[in-house]
Amino acid sequence: MSTETTSPIDNAMGKVGSSVDFVRDKLEVFEGDRLGQIGLAILLVFVFVGIFARPITIDFLNITIPGLAPHDPTERGIGGRLESPSAAHPLGTTDLGRDVLSQLIVGTRVTLVVGTLAAFMAVFIGTNIGLISAYFGGIVDDVLMRITDIVYGLPFLPFAIVLVAILGSSIVNIIAAIVLILWRSTARVIRSQVLSHKQRPYVESAQAIGASNVRIMYRHILPNVLPLAFLYAAFAVAYSVIAEASLAFLGFGDPNMLSWGKMIFEVRTANAVREAWWWVFPPGIAIMLFVMSVFFIGRTLEKVVNPELRHQE
Amino acid sequence: MGLREFVIRRVLQLIVTFWAFFTILFVLFRMMPGDPTSMFILDGMTPEQREQRIAELGLDQPLYVQYVEYARQLLTGDFGQSFIYRDPVMDIIVVRFMNTIVLMATALFFAYVIGITFGALMGWWRDSKFERGGIVVALIARSSPEFWVGIVLLSVFVYWLGWFPSSGMRTTGGELGGGFIARYGSVDFLRHLFLPALTGAIVYLATPTLLMRSTMLDVLNADFIEIKKAEGLPERTVLYKHAARNSILPVVTVAAIATGAAMGGSVVIETVFNWPGMGREMVRAVNNNDYPVAMAAFFLMGSVVIIMNFVADLAYVYLDPRVEYE
Repeated sequence: MSTETTSPIDNAMGKVGSSVDFVRDKLEVFEGDRLGQIGLAILLVFVFVGIFARPITIDFLNITIPGLAPHDPTERGIGGRLESPSAAHPLGTTDLGRDVLSQLIVGTRVTLVVGTLAAFMAVFIGTNIGLISAYFGGIVDDVLMRITDIVYGLPFLPFAIVLVAILGSSIVNIIAAIVLILWRSTARVIRSQVLSHKQRPYVESAQAIGASNVRIMYRHILPNVLPLAFLYAAFAVAYSVIAEASLAFLGFGDPNMLSWGKMIFEVRTANAVREAWWWVFPPGIAIMLFVMSVFFIGRTLEKVVNPELRHQE
Repeated sequence: MGLREFVIRRVLQLIVTFWAFFTILFVLFRMMPGDPTSMFILDGMTPEQREQRIAELGLDQPLYVQYVEYARQLLTGDFGQSFIYRDPVMDIIVVRFMNTIVLMATALFFAYVIGITFGALMGWWRDSKFERGGIVVALIARSSPEFWVGIVLLSVFVYWLGWFPSSGMRTTGGELGGGFIARYGSVDFLRHLFLPALTGAIVYLATPTLLMRSTMLDVLNADFIEIKKAEGLPERTVLYKHAARNSILPVVTVAAIATGAAMGGSVVIETVFNWPGMGREMVRAVNNNDYPVAMAAFFLMGSVVIIMNFVADLAYVYLDPRVEYE
């Protein structure tokens, strides 16, 4: 299994493969896996669109890279009211004459930012809690795991709604609300992995040499559970994106940010679902494709990390 | 540890979880922006009237007294009075809660019946086109947010084909009284139920399908399946009686957990279809600062999650005698 690509002895010596090797290793799994390749391709397109959505100015080179969005997504009256797709507006216009395609392109950014930041933070917290909980055991384990159990009792979306209502609808608060729930599954899974690693000889030998607890946890055990953390990060991206879209759809999105979920919220508040299919379908398809690409990639990683692992949330 | 001890321990944990949950709830709703009394205090009130109102609401008491009082209220099922409707929250929420349960139970029932069947067949015909296609379809379904599936169904079946009503729970009038059958058994109600329930079923279908498939693969690798085949039993008997029946256990426990998790999805589905359930009521309450109602809705949804997680644990030990109690 690839979780043990580094041998116990290498680990005891504190030798960990370089990060370049690590990435190359992980990319190899996509060979011959069609769904994983499709997922990766779709994701790369979204990342490209997200980065270059708006013009980027590089001051010291004195150049500006033009943005992909043909118009300012918030400018009114770019076209007529609820115009169906045309050459000038490939995805038509909104009720206020805004360009739908531009909104779609710019909306990619929020998805990318929320998806990656929330997932990264949730998995960071979850991994640390799982690691500390399993390594120290006893009362530390008891306390941390009971907290995890309690967080499992919180309904995801209702909790996020209440929190965003209290703290205010900003992108930071939305990410915070998602992170506060999402760390729980990573914590549980990492904990069970660390429990099994704790029993292995390399940990004992590190202890015998006199390595500190922190060093054993982060230098020796962590690299072995990291692939699993990456897998959970992939799923966390998917859940964060759906959560952000759902919050925005319900009207709790950041008022200053354009996201795909918010576009659909606006179609509904404008009462245009019935007529403006060109405004309704693209953002939904974008969310679906994005989340799907992450699931496809996650599935490929899953096969490598643990063939028997069954993911549920 | 014996079964008895395990159950006792889980019950104690359940109580602690509930206590922690309502403490979180207390803290959260204390943090709510704005003065909780502002909704009850009108501009024309004299300072004395104002004082009196605050005392009535118990807001002049020290925090720990409010906390204990709050716990007592929740235990007696008293969620206070709605700021907007001015009715007891309990009266508002009970009906909405039932509407949510009916919707989600229907959605989950179909999701699990269809998911288990397809998952079993996918495992049985492994490495076939059927299996590969099924996985892709399940992953696409799981990637679609509830509101998106709902809007697509609405566009196709209501706006385009005109087969179903677009929103609400019934055609005529508002909330009707009468018995359970009158409420939830009429053709009109079922026509309204169809699309929101289908939305839920589509979104929740992926988990049982994929899980059933993977447990089937495990079971089919077991020796006893080979023995049954060697005994000359027909394929269908081996599939249904032996393989599928032994694969179903993890799916049952996940079903309990999914029922709790579906509470989040109900918020979105109810909003799309204007279903008069608890989720939509919660969104409305939060938007209008009707905190007592929002709080009650959140409490009930959380309770369903906590209880279903508990049921999942018990179901697991009950269904599989080999399970060791931690």
